[in-house]
Amino acid sequence: MIEIRDLHKSFGSVVAVDGVSFAARDGEITGLLGPNGAGKTTTLRCLYTLMAPDRGQVLVDGLDAAADPVAVRRRLGVLPDARGLYKRLTARENIAYFGRLHGLDETTIRSRTDAAVAALEMGDFAERRTEGFSQGQRVKTAIARALIHDPKNVILDEPTNGLDVMATRAMREFLKRLKAEGRCVLFSSHIMQEVAALCDRIVVIAKGKVVADESPEALRVQTGAANLEDAFVALIGSEEGLAA
Amino acid sequence: MRPTLIVFLKEVRENLRDRRAVINTLFTGPLMAPLIFVLLVNTLVTRELERAEKPLPLPIVGAEYAPNLVAALKQRNIEIKPAPADPERAVREQDADVVLRITPEFPASWKKGEPAQVEIVYDESQRDTGSSVARLRAILENESERAGALRLLARGLSPSTTRPIVIADRDQSTPQSRSTSLFAMLPYFFILGGFIGGMALAIDTTAGERERQSLEPLLANPVPRWQILAGKLSATTAFAITTVLLGILAFAVIGHLMPTEKIGMSLEIGVRFVACTLFVMLPLAALLAAIQTLVAAFAKSYREAQTYVSLLTFLPVIPTLLLTVMPFKAQLWMYCVPLMSQQMIITRLLRGEAVPDMGLVLAFICTTLAAVLAAAVTARIYRSEKLAISA
Repeated sequence: MIEIRDLHKSFGSVVAVDGVSFAARDGEITGLLGPNGAGKTTTLRCLYTLMAPDRGQVLVDGLDAAADPVAVRRRLGVLPDARGLYKRLTARENIAYFGRLHGLDETTIRSRTDAAVAALEMGDFAERRTEGFSQGQRVKTAIARALIHDPKNVILDEPTNGLDVMATRAMREFLKRLKAEGRCVLFSSHIMQEVAALCDRIVVIAKGKVVADESPEALRVQTGAANLEDAFVALIGSEEGLAA
Repeated sequence: MRPTLIVFLKEVRENLRDRRAVINTLFTGPLMAPLIFVLLVNTLVTRELERAEKPLPLPIVGAEYAPNLVAALKQRNIEIKPAPADPERAVREQDADVVLRITPEFPASWKKGEPAQVEIVYDESQRDTGSSVARLRAILENESERAGALRLLARGLSPSTTRPIVIADRDQSTPQSRSTSLFAMLPYFFILGGFIGGMALAIDTTAGERERQSLEPLLANPVPRWQILAGKLSATTAFAITTVLLGILAFAVIGHLMPTEKIGMSLEIGVRFVACTLFVMLPLAALLAAIQTLVAAFAKSYREAQTYVSLLTFLPVIPTLLLTVMPFKAQLWMYCVPLMSQQMIITRLLRGEAVPDMGLVLAFICTTLAAVLAAAVTARIYRSEKLAISA
């Protein structure tokens, strides 16, 4: 369960996030949709405590991120916008490094890595050094690494960015699986189809503000638009920065 | 402290797989000081040996005016060469180190018993002329004295009449201390070794990790940032210290093999030298690692970090130059200044001079304090939000 209350964050004179509030529930996929530069990444960065908000509150399973950032990070599995791997380590070693930092023992790390390798179909490259990995192989490794501690809440910043069609499909299936396991899944995207196909709840952000927070069905009703695409355009006020 | 150890082990493991970094740490860095040393000693030995044994080639203008003097010169291992057309130009253009000119008036003055003039033509600003000129001058003065003594004896006087004062040299320099100017540079290369050893890691763990976009995911782990930094700093320090340690050992081995006694020097590279050098260099390696990481954390990109960190290697030149150009008398406060204290202590150890225990302790404590301070400043930088974000 993730709750964000009245979040504000500015960089100098640029207001990136201007009073964002929403909640992401367990067993649901929540999509954070908005054009490029709407404040999605900044919101997520405040959520996983990389940045401190100027104002507002972040609660993860009821824990205040400002009061105990380490405990909050323990409950989060994060796939940030930046998903660099250590190129001189193998995929498995990359995953194990984060497992150890989470305080897991070697047996747990091995069994969880085996499970992730099977689930994400990483068998043929798990033992290889990550230098020269394809984008898809990199993202898979980064996800396995982010989920090694079996977190209740999963945050993914544009998880399908740069993936080909097959990899994107696999990613969507994987997100559904996380939801079926009862986790709270929150991901950001600027791709409407993706959000429409996956989400139980859609939070639309534009210019640092939440302009809608509904189920896909309710969104269509609220805007009176015939389809989701028109609904988004109506909400955001322009077609700029959205991809079909 | 466990996360610090995890980060440390990962950084060490990753860096050991980087061939270039390993070569720098285990090879280039440690061999810096010994190599420069071998080069210096070799040049000096060859030059000194050539000086002492080789005949000195000497073009003489007007050799026919003083055949006896020329014969005497020949006996003293001087090789007479034909005179150049323009002696001054020959010297300026380095065709000859030194030219002797005997004037046509020489025979007349000599016969009358008056001072007969010879001219030594040379260019003092040329590197190699100094010892040739000194050698020639000594021979000429010696000949002059000999002729003078003979003249006095012919007049029934004792030659000692003209020597009311006899000078005896009592040089207090030791073979080690004579080699000072040669060795003033050496500590710099030890320190440079430490720089090179930690360089790759300092850049890689901060600017490199940010540029490869792995810092943000790393900081999303439930570990306080200072513990992550502590792991990275200790890995960098470990590599720098390895380089310094290997450098000192390599120097000790090579130093023993060098023919320093041929030029009248002796080096004291014993257990005490190794132990004392290590003792004062260890905290310096930590300080350098912290400063390098700090500088790399400021840089916006990997390349920028490389530039800054490379520029940093000029930092230890400052005390080296200061101590070479202005040979201060060692004072206690100098042992409190990092870099300067190491420079002073290593130089003194090489010269076989005593280093006060107080100085060693002060150098260790002050450099350690500086290292802790630099690490604390770096930790502050690590807390900033901008650190992790690459784009």
